[in-house]
Amino acid sequence: MQREEKISYLEKQAKECRRSIIEMLTESKSGHPGGSLSSVDMLTALYFAEMNIDPQNPQKEDRDRFVLSKGHAAPALYAVLAQKGFFPKEQCHTLRKMGSPLQGHPDMHKVPGVDISTGSLGQGLSAACGMALAARLAQNGARVYAVLGDGESQEGQVWEAAMFAAHYQLDNLVVFLDHNHLQIDGNISDVLSPEPLDAKWNAFGWYVLPINGHDMGQILDAFEKARTIKGQPVMILAETVKGKGVSFMENQASWHGVAPKVEERDQALQELA
Amino acid sequence: MVEKQATRDAYGKTLVEIGRENTNIVVLDADLSKSTKTAGFAKAYPERFFNCGIAEQNMLGVAAGLAAAGKKPFVSSFAVFATGRAFEQIRNGICYANLPVVIAATHAGISVGEDGGTHQSIEDMAIMRSLPNMTVICPADGPETAQAVRAAAQAKGPVYLRMGRSGLPVLYEEQDRHFQIGKGHLLKEGADVALIACGLMVEKALAAAALLAEKGIQAAVCNMASIKPLDEELLGQLAEYCGAFVTCEEHSVIGGLGSAVSEYLSKNNPCPVAMVGVQDQFGQSGSPADLMEYYGLTAEKIVGAAQAVMRKK
Repeated sequence: MQREEKISYLEKQAKECRRSIIEMLTESKSGHPGGSLSSVDMLTALYFAEMNIDPQNPQKEDRDRFVLSKGHAAPALYAVLAQKGFFPKEQCHTLRKMGSPLQGHPDMHKVPGVDISTGSLGQGLSAACGMALAARLAQNGARVYAVLGDGESQEGQVWEAAMFAAHYQLDNLVVFLDHNHLQIDGNISDVLSPEPLDAKWNAFGWYVLPINGHDMGQILDAFEKARTIKGQPVMILAETVKGKGVSFMENQASWHGVAPKVEERDQALQELA
Repeated sequence: MVEKQATRDAYGKTLVEIGRENTNIVVLDADLSKSTKTAGFAKAYPERFFNCGIAEQNMLGVAAGLAAAGKKPFVSSFAVFATGRAFEQIRNGICYANLPVVIAATHAGISVGEDGGTHQSIEDMAIMRSLPNMTVICPADGPETAQAVRAAAQAKGPVYLRMGRSGLPVLYEEQDRHFQIGKGHLLKEGADVALIACGLMVEKALAAAALLAEKGIQAAVCNMASIKPLDEELLGQLAEYCGAFVTCEEHSVIGGLGSAVSEYLSKNNPCPVAMVGVQDQFGQSGSPADLMEYYGLTAEKIVGAAQAVMRKK
């Protein structure tokens, strides 16, 4: 595929996933639209353009692995996995319902394609480090990807893991920081500022790549650049918009953890047509 | 002179042995490898040892990731930090995902001694036991520790292995193979009262049984190294046979072995239980021997508890 063609293909997939996120959240009547919509472009690019994975063989040993450290963005992961063919799209309608494999936060034993259970903030990067070490020991060339929240960066464990990854020179580890500037109680800088994030990750020994996290071209370039970095983990500092793609959700902290009502869904789907 | 060995020493030695056969084993430590005895593994297999520094929460998370990617991690630190500092990482990162991580903690209990109450874990079994999917093991001596380490290496889910700092009298032969997860070991039969012990209290329970015998009281002694799952079958038999219990542990009487035994008995074979353990208080600095005496973790206390509980039959 030519670059332009690839970008437009990914944009189409991402839009489809956005629609799916809105639909499943409306049906579940609870969940997290804001952070799902801010991270879904990165997830789409990972699963449709970057990662060595096989929906027919989700446990393939030498696969690349993904950690959704901000596990509350599960609807984005479910939408992308279903779109990629890991499980039937109809299953998305069971999100958060009794007996559903699609738990409120991802469960590795219930959903094909989920490499590790997450949900408690601050823990995913450590697990990603463990996976990166395992891949290094296996010498199979597998890479590990993770998406971290900016509010989540307030957790101390994130910085323990940041130190660890740099110390062990985990250059098969690539992390997106979904920098949407908002958390439940408001702007991250008002609640407890983790800024300046670029300087902090730099100081912790990471190679920092600032991009627009909704620009597929920039995401693809970041993947390519990340593969050239040796001896250092890579932090893709992705500037994003919480609620991206749905006008009334964009940049609204109030849409962190509230599901759309039916009429809000209809308006959102119209915007995502 | 009775032969002595610390359970942590047996752990370190066994890790090196099984690490040779099983190259899937990786070991993580938080700057305490000389004390937890993982240093031997680090020296033998440096590429499979990861010092995580003084950052226990990340260490347990890294272990979860290694396990999710097919490795068999053993994670070591002092019991108070391994289970307390990283509790929620163990809960959500390891137990919720049912990942086969072995948390092999040393320096449990008040026998840590001079470091004092901040370093003497008396609640670790309680909090580990409360987690679904978790197995909890507290071996009685070096040879049993070696067996427990091998069993933990084969386990399909998370295991908490509780070990101490001090040298303990060796109770079992090197070639003994009695240990199984979920099984207790009856060391002495007796029909009057059952002494259920774990860890270094097993030796105290045996000493108490000898003192009781002098008084004409026949005490059964059971080494319940597997605190979870508990050997319910054996407990049921002892309930029928003895009708009264004394639990003996170097741990708070809240939530540990005594609680586990009482939970089973109250539901299935109600009978009186006395608990010898740390009585809802923190430890302090002192020699291990002085502390054991001060907190009532002695054969004499077990004897008194046995006599008292028999009167309630």
